[in-house]
Amino acid sequence: MRRRIVASPGAWVVWGLVAVFFAGLAGVIGSVVVNSFGVRWFDTWLPESYTTQWYGQAWTDFTLLPVLTVTLLVCLLVAGISVLVGVPAAYVLARRKFPGGRLLHLLFLLPILMPPITYGIPLATVLYKYGLAGHLSGVVLANLVPSVPFVILTMTPFIEQIDPTIERAARMCGARTRHVFGRILAPLLVPGILAASILVVVRTVGMFELTFLTAGPDSQTLVVALFYSMSAAGIRAQQSVDAMAVIYCVMMLVLLVVALRFVNPTQLVARVKEDPE
Amino acid sequence: MSTATLAARHRLAERGIDPQLFLLIPATVFVVALFIYPFCYGIAVSLQPAQGGALAAYRAFFTDAYQRDTIATTLAISLPAALFNVLAAVPIAYRMRGRFRGKRLLTIILVVPITLGTVLTAEGLLNFLGPTGWFNRVLLSTGLADRPVTLTHNYWGVFFSLVITGFPFAFLLVLSYLSGIDPSLERAAATLGAGWAQRFFRITLPLLAPGLATTFCLTFVLAFSVFPSAILVGDPSGSTRVISVAAYEAAYVRYDYAAASAAAIVMGAVELVVISIVLGLRSLLYTGSTAGGKG
Repeated sequence: MRRRIVASPGAWVVWGLVAVFFAGLAGVIGSVVVNSFGVRWFDTWLPESYTTQWYGQAWTDFTLLPVLTVTLLVCLLVAGISVLVGVPAAYVLARRKFPGGRLLHLLFLLPILMPPITYGIPLATVLYKYGLAGHLSGVVLANLVPSVPFVILTMTPFIEQIDPTIERAARMCGARTRHVFGRILAPLLVPGILAASILVVVRTVGMFELTFLTAGPDSQTLVVALFYSMSAAGIRAQQSVDAMAVIYCVMMLVLLVVALRFVNPTQLVARVKEDPE
Repeated sequence: MSTATLAARHRLAERGIDPQLFLLIPATVFVVALFIYPFCYGIAVSLQPAQGGALAAYRAFFTDAYQRDTIATTLAISLPAALFNVLAAVPIAYRMRGRFRGKRLLTIILVVPITLGTVLTAEGLLNFLGPTGWFNRVLLSTGLADRPVTLTHNYWGVFFSLVITGFPFAFLLVLSYLSGIDPSLERAAATLGAGWAQRFFRITLPLLAPGLATTFCLTFVLAFSVFPSAILVGDPSGSTRVISVAAYEAAYVRYDYAAASAAAIVMGAVELVVISIVLGLRSLLYTGSTAGGKG
């Protein structure tokens, strides 16, 4: 009992800090949501009256249907390609020891450790040189740069925990690598692949810098369109920009709810697994 | 297949080289073609400016105070933000490392700002912290301030946006490191009569320190590449003209690819210097098992 009394001021401070943070977060999201429904909101606590017209206006003014289509297409392509490319590599890295393995591991770690703007600008220059930037293909290629290593890094520990004797048994029965992959590993890997691809989708929808640097007018994703409409403030009503922000927000939250059915919340963050030294 | 090639294949297979390694080729080609090659291309472009010698772009960057000072500005924003996020995360994670009701809900709420990203956070901060936003209303009506506090379009706006996206990130990482430390170590210390301060500073903190260094590095990388919030809630031509804004301006406003590549390379170099200093200090710390038991 004595320990409890000593510890409680610290507990109050900690919970207070958490409460302040959550209040700030609620204020940040809440003011966007309220503003997107408000008719006029200048010097009062809440808007004078409420309407949903800003959503219709945002939908037509910012041509959101093509933007959403592009976002969806980019995400699916990026997730699909990065799984196809990343999973075989993760398999070899998880199962095999070979010369140069550590170097290769470092190579796959680098794109995640570098800030996107640093490699995004040279990458965009290269993509423009080959005429790929400004189109969907350029956006997809640019987004693959962090996604392929991300899939490799999340899948490697997942593959490590699958018992290798199952594969060896299949090989004893005469299965070739292709069969081992298709008939043995793929069914076991489905949960991991699902988790990894959902995480890639979440990251791609939110990935601003790379898409911003490589997108043309008809290949913007939602977050880039949001940035452009915000930085050109004054042209459109603030409320319709906020309506678009709410659409983005809802899309992200739906994705998050889907993602959290398959992954632990910390997995969205702790992407670099510390190797025990 | 002749005996000689078969023997060679066997010898290679003994060292771990066999056809299965071909599975690595697609990923390696991807990373080399889309990451290593552009990086080298960027270095080459930065060394070939339209006029002047090979190093003219770098010389221009470092002699022009408007460009050079972006390094200091970026560090002045990202270092305090990363430090604050890590230091605030430690006591909170320490308090919450055990199991309690609502822990999963709490972590889910904390993941929200990370997934929303900096652009939406910037939009929310403009509304929330603006001169007529809820934050200033609370301050004015409670009498804590007699005129609205300016927190947007300056240093603080960017700082808050980095805290909102960076703190949950740091918190979840620190929490996962903390839960890897065996609680029986602390219990043993308590049995031997250590108070909470002794337990924290002599047992937990030394075991946590390497994890904190890694967390700091990752949070710093996030804060260092601050771009959308520096433009939207910051003052992109003044107090928050960070190095990524300088690089972007060079590439997309002035179309000076040499200067843009030079700025991007300088940015990467500065970041790597900070990270290697932190990781260098980290290697001085204890990095062993954090599990208890006989060992």
